[in-house]
Amino acid sequence: MIDAAWLLIAIPLVGAAVLLLAGRRANAWGHWLGVIASGASFVVAALVLIAMLGREASDRVVDVHLFDWLNAGPLNVEAGLRIDPLSLTFVLLVTFVGTLIHIYSVAYMEHDADRRRFFAYLNLFVAAMLLLVLADSYLLLFVGWEGVGLASYLLIGFWNHVPANATAAKKAFIVNRVADVGMIVALMLMFNTFGALDFSTVLTAAPGMADGGKLTAIALMLLVAACGKSAQFPLQSWLGDAMAGPTPVSALIHAATMVTAGVYLVVRSGPIFTGAPNALLVTAIVGAITLLFGAIVGCAKDDIKKALAASTMSQIGYMMLAAGLGPIGYAFAIFHLLTHGFFKAGMFLGAGSVMHGMDDSVNMRGFGALSKFMKVTWITFGFGWLAILGIPPFSGFWSKDKIIEAAFAADGGHGWQPWVFGSVALVGAGITAFYMSRLFFMTFHGDKRWAQELSDGSELPVRHPHESPALMIWPMIILAVGSAGLGGVLAIGGGFTTWLEPVTGPVAHHEPVLPVAVIMVVTLVLVLVGAFLAWRQYAASAVPVEPPVGSALTRAARVDLYQDAVNENLLMRPGQYLTRSLVYTDKKVVDGAFMGLAGVLAVIGSGVKRMQNGFVRSYAAMMLAGFLVLVVIVLFVWN
Amino acid sequence: MIAQAAQMAAAPGGFVPPEVAWFALTPLIIVISAGVLGVLVEAFVPANRRRVVQVIMAMAALAAAFAVIVWQGVSWFGEGGSGGVVVLGGVLQLDGVALLFQGLVVLMAFFALAVVIDRTSTKQDAFSPSAASIPGSEYEELARRLGLVQTEVYPLLMFAISGMMIFPAAGDLLTMFIALEVLSLPLYVLSGMARRRRLLSQEASFKYFVLGAFASAVFLFGAALLYGYSGSVKISEITTMASTVVGGGAPDHWELLWLVGILMVISGLLFKVGAVPFQAWTPDVYQGAPTPITGFMAACTKIAAFGALLRLIYAGGFSGTPDMLEAVRIALWVVAIATMIVGTVVGATQTDMKRMLGYSSIAHAGFVLVGILSFNGAGIKAVIFYLLAYGMATVGAFAVITLVRETGPGGEVLGEATHLGQWAGLGKRSPWLAGCFSVFLLSFAGIPLTAGFIAKFSAFSAAVEGTEVLGNATVLAVIGVLASAVAVFFYIRVIVIMFFMSPAETVVESVVETVDVAVLEPVVVGVGQGVANAAHTSVVVATGAPAVVVVRSEGPSAVTITVMAVGILVLGIFPAPVLDLIARMTGIG
Repeated sequence: MIDAAWLLIAIPLVGAAVLLLAGRRANAWGHWLGVIASGASFVVAALVLIAMLGREASDRVVDVHLFDWLNAGPLNVEAGLRIDPLSLTFVLLVTFVGTLIHIYSVAYMEHDADRRRFFAYLNLFVAAMLLLVLADSYLLLFVGWEGVGLASYLLIGFWNHVPANATAAKKAFIVNRVADVGMIVALMLMFNTFGALDFSTVLTAAPGMADGGKLTAIALMLLVAACGKSAQFPLQSWLGDAMAGPTPVSALIHAATMVTAGVYLVVRSGPIFTGAPNALLVTAIVGAITLLFGAIVGCAKDDIKKALAASTMSQIGYMMLAAGLGPIGYAFAIFHLLTHGFFKAGMFLGAGSVMHGMDDSVNMRGFGALSKFMKVTWITFGFGWLAILGIPPFSGFWSKDKIIEAAFAADGGHGWQPWVFGSVALVGAGITAFYMSRLFFMTFHGDKRWAQELSDGSELPVRHPHESPALMIWPMIILAVGSAGLGGVLAIGGGFTTWLEPVTGPVAHHEPVLPVAVIMVVTLVLVLVGAFLAWRQYAASAVPVEPPVGSALTRAARVDLYQDAVNENLLMRPGQYLTRSLVYTDKKVVDGAFMGLAGVLAVIGSGVKRMQNGFVRSYAAMMLAGFLVLVVIVLFVWN
Repeated sequence: MIAQAAQMAAAPGGFVPPEVAWFALTPLIIVISAGVLGVLVEAFVPANRRRVVQVIMAMAALAAAFAVIVWQGVSWFGEGGSGGVVVLGGVLQLDGVALLFQGLVVLMAFFALAVVIDRTSTKQDAFSPSAASIPGSEYEELARRLGLVQTEVYPLLMFAISGMMIFPAAGDLLTMFIALEVLSLPLYVLSGMARRRRLLSQEASFKYFVLGAFASAVFLFGAALLYGYSGSVKISEITTMASTVVGGGAPDHWELLWLVGILMVISGLLFKVGAVPFQAWTPDVYQGAPTPITGFMAACTKIAAFGALLRLIYAGGFSGTPDMLEAVRIALWVVAIATMIVGTVVGATQTDMKRMLGYSSIAHAGFVLVGILSFNGAGIKAVIFYLLAYGMATVGAFAVITLVRETGPGGEVLGEATHLGQWAGLGKRSPWLAGCFSVFLLSFAGIPLTAGFIAKFSAFSAAVEGTEVLGNATVLAVIGVLASAVAVFFYIRVIVIMFFMSPAETVVESVVETVDVAVLEPVVVGVGQGVANAAHTSVVVATGAPAVVVVRSEGPSAVTITVMAVGILVLGIFPAPVLDLIARMTGIG
């Protein structure tokens, strides 16, 4: 079965191709084809999992050779798949959550004229994402990496008739290009250092490297790539705008799967990072900054999807932090990634369901008291909320608590690191509880604010909130079950971390600077305090329909802590000036020279063309003369 | 009994039956038999069924021949294979290179044939209903009304293909000459059979024939001189002779004999290749011949002729002396440089699609010569891959041209719309067709991710590598890269016209002037004047160009276009398997 793993990628790829090529003929059934393609891929994944579980733990890293891809001198790249617990975890997450979201989209996109194209892109995304995680070399991974970038770009700008959406797509595209440069440089350094790009060579050779400088450089460049894809500081600015895409896209790509590819990259490159402690430290710092950054931004956003996006950023910050802790954190990073994939996708689908009922409004200040109208959405969203807060026994508790513990044991429990990273993770948990509860209460509790008068006398549009159709509800329910139970089930006896051992190695023994029980209790207390503050402000008291002016921090958080302004002044403006001057040079100097050359060529051309006069006699004469000239030249030059 | 017979046969003065390797000859026999049977079909099968029978037989023959070639490849070059066969005492050298060329010819011919048989939605093929009739005569009109079909096209094609299969495998100059004639004569006839613009077509046919006969004479004279020099027509023996006699110092009489002889033989081959200064016929014939035939000969003739050239120059595995190779090298350097420059520079000024592709094929001949002039193993492989890439793009591009037609005042579909300006806006009306055509053009231009890029890259890098004895051909590679850059201009220009110009910008429809087109033929007869004037026309067509329509393929052409476009992209992205195959068959690592 494992040999048939290529089917995982081939099925959705064929699905995408059929949907794109069949054109309007497929409009009637195209979306179901999309669902089936994704579902079939999940079935294959499940079969591969069974085959994998039947093997010894030491035997669970399988390289499946597909074909010789590039044979260019010293560079030999074979296209192949690596099936191991890490990639399989991702494959199952992508195909399972992906299939649910496909089903959800059938109803969500029902009234969209371009539903078939949407499903084609979704299939394309699934194929590219699976290629990314299954690749057995960095080069093939890069193909998938670009593929998911393309799918993400196409889907963010899916409603590109709205200029803002097209701009958002472009922004994501450009920020990701910056990250790609990191990836390409990493590939080049890798080839220079190891002479190969496949995992088995590179990752085996990396620990034995005497020259730490090169490893650090490679790891830092990989980190740049990871930051772009995973919306980590300082390349996080695109994720909020990416919410312009349809909500199922936000759930699948910008919450559960693609944005976590950066974490995958770091964990997959574990041996490189482990050999470069400085790069690990940078990774942890980036994660810590992002987790606070996202949490603060999340507190101020009134757009339900953007608040969720900020939360995604912050949660991936947790994963990055965990990955940055090295061997004590790799497994927990993936564990949190998995549980997060479930509860965040569930909450995004919940947000989509709310939008569906509220005429596509995303302004939480116009929501409130929806729990009475959308019971299922409320409960399933509530499960996700409890999970992200880390309330036992919900999923998030098991994974996030481990990360906080590990953070308190950073750097072997010596020096400043455990205290700083531990505190950040701890505080982050408190803020997370605040903003997620704020989101939850503002949407589902308090007064209903969708029929209030605004201060300028105009009324908010009247809305008729209603529960969504069954096709949307069932995926939410299934994800809610996952949010509730998955973490606990996988945490039994450290089952999940043991499963990952063939890739990440066993979780190193670590001793937090504080007793585990204390950390756990403090975390829970902070979470409860955060949730209580949110309840007092957004459920117990009235929420103003128009956002209050707020403190300086709130205002800063609303505009993503001035990230866009920084980017604009630091990068965009100088870039534009440079481009303009280049265009000027190109027009005046290069084009001038080129047009001049073209003119000369045209003159020569028409001169030679005159010899082409159509008369056989002159053609024959030309041949004879040409031959004689040849003989003369040879006699002249020869010896 | 048999042993006795054999003894008797072996007796001195008795007849010795030659050993014939029938298996090795099978593909050739299949194709020639299809041609011979095709002639019988013309005689015995009722007219209304001839076309079907001919088409099926021709397609089946080519498919079967290709299958046998693959089989031969597997059995000779697989595990423990013999690595090739020498047939009839060295008349045919069926080694890996020859087999690759034969396979290439048959494969390209198969797809070119698919374009020939496609009558499109107009239900008319590209050939005159009665090629022997005088253009504009009542007899011609009668033949057209009766719906006659010239099915002789198919046996003629089969004979031409069989000649092309012998050409790159020929082991001596006489066989090579016979192959040259066998492949040429049918092409002369086919060139003159166009359904529309018949005078132009017949003129092309006549020019091709006269110039071709001239080139054949040059070839034959060269062969005679070489025989006089070495006492043999076998390429290997001539080479051996040359390597013993030709030494340093100024060439004496014998060396002059050899030199003029070899240059004449090479010139004869360069004529078929379409290299400067033997290129003059190319644009005229490409333009005049029926478009499916143009596609066929542009691809297959060039492949076969380069195969022969390769065999002549590389025969016996570089056994010639450095001096001898040096002489050939000097001549071919001059030819290659001139060919690349003339092909691209003049091509850039063309306004007719078929003429433009004609000049493009001249330029490509120059690029292939660069690969040959590397004088190393990588060059041989590069040449073969280049011809594959070039052949695919050529067959596909001419197939596209057969589908883009002019319409008359009453909306009836006329001949091909070959003026560049008439292609404006094609990208909007037929995005798939225009997309495929763009793929072919990009491959011609050598843009990465197409087969053309890999081809150019391998040819030029082989030239830069060169050999120890003869040095490298970096200068040629540089000129080649520059010429490619110029060529990019005229390929991309077509893409720009197709996708970014609207028909209104280039074509002004005018019913009064479309009448002119109907009587265009006599006007174009004097291509001399026509071309002299064309020097002043720009890309943008003047008023009076008729409306343009894309006709639907019956199927085969569409398949050809799709297969070629996909093939070019696949070869551009995953060239490794084909490169490996070529390396294995040629035995060059």
